[in-house]
Amino acid sequence: MQRSTSLFHAIITTIAVSLLGIAPIESVFADEVNIYSARQESLIKPLLDRFTQKTGIEINMVTGKGDALLTRLKSEGMNSPADLLLTVDAGRLYRAQEAGVLQAVESLGLNNDIPSHLRSLDGQWYGLSVRARVLVYAKDRVQPSELSSYEALSDPTWKGRICIRSSSNIYNQSLVAGMIASQGMADTEIWLASFVSNFARPPAGGDRDQIKAVAAGQCDVAIVNSYYLGAMISSSDKTQQDAASKVALFWPNQKDRGTHINISGAGVTRAAKNIESAKQLISFLASNESQQWYADRNNEFPVRDTVQVSSTLDSWGPFKADTINVTELGRNNAEAIKAMDRAGWK
Amino acid sequence: MSAMSSTEQPTGRRWRASLFIVTAVIALPILVIFASLLLPFSTAWQHLFETVLTDYVTNSLILMIGVGFGTLLLGVSAAWLTGMCDFPGRKILSWAFLLPMAMPAYIIAYTYTGILDFSGPIQNSLRGIFDWQYGDYYFPQVRSLSGAICMLSLVLYPYVYMLVRVAFIEQSTAVLEASRNLGKRPWETLFQVAIPMARPAIVAGVSLALMETLADYGTVAYFGVNAFTTGIFRTWYGLGDLTTAAQLCAFLMLFVFALILAERWSRQRLRFHHDSAQKKMARMQLKGWRAILALSIGILIVSLGFIIPAGQLALWAATRIQENLNANFLSLLFNSFALASLASLCCLIIAIFLAYTKRVFNSRIELGAVGVASLGYAVPGTVIAVGVLIPVAWLDNQIDFLSKAWFNYPTGLLLSGTIGILVFAYVIRFLSVALNTVDSGLTAIKPSIDESARSLGATPVRVLSRVHLPILRTSLLTALLLVFVEVLKELPTTLILRPFNFNTLAVRTYELASDERLIDAALPALAIVIIGLLPVLLITKSILNERSTNE
Repeated sequence: MQRSTSLFHAIITTIAVSLLGIAPIESVFADEVNIYSARQESLIKPLLDRFTQKTGIEINMVTGKGDALLTRLKSEGMNSPADLLLTVDAGRLYRAQEAGVLQAVESLGLNNDIPSHLRSLDGQWYGLSVRARVLVYAKDRVQPSELSSYEALSDPTWKGRICIRSSSNIYNQSLVAGMIASQGMADTEIWLASFVSNFARPPAGGDRDQIKAVAAGQCDVAIVNSYYLGAMISSSDKTQQDAASKVALFWPNQKDRGTHINISGAGVTRAAKNIESAKQLISFLASNESQQWYADRNNEFPVRDTVQVSSTLDSWGPFKADTINVTELGRNNAEAIKAMDRAGWK
Repeated sequence: MSAMSSTEQPTGRRWRASLFIVTAVIALPILVIFASLLLPFSTAWQHLFETVLTDYVTNSLILMIGVGFGTLLLGVSAAWLTGMCDFPGRKILSWAFLLPMAMPAYIIAYTYTGILDFSGPIQNSLRGIFDWQYGDYYFPQVRSLSGAICMLSLVLYPYVYMLVRVAFIEQSTAVLEASRNLGKRPWETLFQVAIPMARPAIVAGVSLALMETLADYGTVAYFGVNAFTTGIFRTWYGLGDLTTAAQLCAFLMLFVFALILAERWSRQRLRFHHDSAQKKMARMQLKGWRAILALSIGILIVSLGFIIPAGQLALWAATRIQENLNANFLSLLFNSFALASLASLCCLIIAIFLAYTKRVFNSRIELGAVGVASLGYAVPGTVIAVGVLIPVAWLDNQIDFLSKAWFNYPTGLLLSGTIGILVFAYVIRFLSVALNTVDSGLTAIKPSIDESARSLGATPVRVLSRVHLPILRTSLLTALLLVFVEVLKELPTTLILRPFNFNTLAVRTYELASDERLIDAALPALAIVIIGLLPVLLITKSILNERSTNE
């Protein structure tokens, strides 16, 4: 008995002490921006720290899945502490806009810096970096001349040679949503049926896994976001570097609509209390300095052409990107999933 | 204590009233999800029926059956070996069997994929040695339904082991010795006496494992298995249809509720009491090849469930220890530890209250209330989070509105975005872990003990604190440990509900792992495992101490 009593005391003391430690500290800074971020902390924090350093504006952040943060934002309503919503795809920004939790902010600077197809036309959100969904092929088994477009991967010559991750992944959903927007639903469905039958294995894992599978010979072509290949090339892990050295990047659809791209972006919330600071932060994230950082650190493409990209990105050469407004990706997302379900894309 | 002793009636009424208040608060988020069934069913349902729903249901059922058998096999074997037998290495194994519990399912899944996948080291070197190409040889696919069954069984069997071992040890000598004296062999005693008598513990353990399986998202999503939870998230995130997702979830909960009721009903007329005051039985001494076999089985289970994946994590973590071990990491450590302690204590207190109320009153209403309160465990964390978020934010906004109207003072959001809402969500999610453990411990105590204490004039509270809690010490500590480890590993609820600038080990692990930066994720993952070990060791010590005082 004695033992367990002292144990309980110890536990209660620990808890009391911990509570003091973790009690939320009310922010005392007048100048601050509160962010709900679907972008992971490690991929944005250094930039935010730089912003604080330059402007003295403090940043508070909660990271999470885009839809979960959106739900939190919606249910908190006008009392939400969030000033800014950061997402890593256009679909969620579109959804936030539809839900009425964002507000339009006018900024001539931003409108000049960011091309119109990468932002909402009424200024509710702005694209801050571009990610391209590219083809990665095995250098020893595929000639680049055999490749052309996403559409061509439905050809029977690719039977059992394609790796791609699950259709639950937002970037695949956006890819198909983009196709629905440009080719129409009927053609997309036909394409999906043959494309899915060409898969080398049931979809599993992430984009890096697909690249590794190509390198190891399980399949010949994979569809992945370009920055994953960039990260593997510059990885300190030898096995990742080796895998990356066995594959090469191909820009699909250069002769027609261009390679499918998505954006990460931000919008000021309707409940925002620090609108000016939030606007200032968006401008900072769109600035040359930040755009350069995205390219160097995350291997993402800048939203504007004036920025010098990193040597890795440079080595892939220039490419033609699909100029369809990214809003369409959000608008067609649900239809894309349903079509993928019907095609049996796991 | 004496202040509590009033006449029977008012105490009972007060007790019941508090039961209903506690249950109502805990059930609120679950009711919010059930309420979605009242909303119109959208066209998404037709789509689901026509395409993927059958897949979701079938895969989840196969997963459940597989994990059920897996945890039963591993858990009961481990419990029998260390609880009833004796062989060299038994003492170490008896706590080592608990180690996999500290390993989150999604982390073991990432680790084994890293080791066993087509492009992993083992298959790569096989291809290197034998000059094979893809398709030249057979190798089991890790990322598959059967892979998911293995991963989940390996980390979930300790729930069965822990509860069943206690049950075996506490089984009355008389019964087991009678079985032996009647000429039954050890195996017969195991299958015909010990296991049937340990049924409440087995059922409690397996049902915890199954509920966890149904709520698992990380593993099945990573393995590309279309299970019911992946369907819920796909419907919510992909189709953007939170209502349909909540409706799917409500059906999942109905299924779990039906299972719980079926189980309760099936053992309604059975009694599993024994006289715990009796001397414990001597262990069976295993000699020769039997001892070697027992030891090998033990080592195999512990290696697969813990040593191999933890070793891999340690190797990965070591390569980046310089960069990743910093002040930031210490604050993660502290946050995780503090949250887990707080939530586990809250869970335990409520669990004792509910389990004891159920015992004292034992009517259908109480049983139902307790059943509803323990539903949360089978609900994916994200869904619980939404169920908590919506009513709490609503309440916060109402308070703010009224306060502005009456006092011209805006209160803002009082609870949303605080540690409080997070702990509330954990209690809902993990209460059933504590409750099942406390309840199965209480069930093993003869009601005649209560009756004699009560006939001597003790109030129920006094019986609880003076009689039951001391007997239940092991069960209580077990419950505390289980919840502690669960909270430490918990991810989705924490992710959605946490305050600004507040991170935990699980959050950091997930963020890095989901970016496929497994090597950087290894350090926080390993920290979860190691902190998870502290209470494991603490509890084992107490279990072993109890044994030695009894022997």
